[in-house]
Amino acid sequence: MAAGPMKMRASLGTGFTDVRVLMTHPMETGLRKDADGKVVPQHFIQNLTVKLNGKTVLDAQISQAVSRNPVFSFRLKGGAKGDKIEVSWLDNHGESAAIETVVA
Amino acid sequence: MNRIRRALLAALVFAIARPLAALAAWNKEAFSAKTPGEALKSLGIGDAAPAKDLHIEAPEIAENGAVVPIEISSAIPGTTALIVLLEKNPFPLTARFDFKEGALPFVKLNVKMAETADVRVLAEAGGKYYFAKQEIKITVGGCGG
Repeated sequence: MAAGPMKMRASLGTGFTDVRVLMTHPMETGLRKDADGKVVPQHFIQNLTVKLNGKTVLDAQISQAVSRNPVFSFRLKGGAKGDKIEVSWLDNHGESAAIETVVA
Repeated sequence: MNRIRRALLAALVFAIARPLAALAAWNKEAFSAKTPGEALKSLGIGDAAPAKDLHIEAPEIAENGAVVPIEISSAIPGTTALIVLLEKNPFPLTARFDFKEGALPFVKLNVKMAETADVRVLAEAGGKYYFAKQEIKITVGGCGG
């Protein structure tokens, strides 16, 4: 399974903006074996960045222990309709993806 | 003239490349550590105090170790980072979240757990470290096959 598209939803809560993001990624640990008994090489997201209106508000480093097709929820202070939120990731193969949404 | 231009260009490349490198930073040593103690040492974390204001919401029993939902949040004033360790995984350090101005110290994520173990969460606030723990029982492990 290869890395693929992302999905994101941002909604206003009470005093915060709730950001839920889904990434398509195998998150291979390097411990799993395929049907032929061969070890599947490590392939996992290492860095996540969340930006609010172009400014970085959250940086994360993650390991291969995060589940396949990672889903994260984050909370941003306050927020208003029209705020632009961008989430991007970078994996150990140098592949990356990003998604942008506007708070509705 | 040419030399000045070259020097300026080199300075510019350096200025651009530095932040990019910082952006992609991944603490290989800490993530490769095989025990929680070694991982914390690599992160430069010494003593941590137990804290009631550091919350972990996770199932007591998870049937599927491949997808264990964990919600972490800190009510400790000035929390700037949350760190997640799965104590009995082959590589315990699972995630480090650094919150800047504009983000609340709250994260929900799904993790893989090899076996029944404690999840240990650390918070960094004002240069000090705090921790909380919860045991999660795993029926079927989610790291190997």
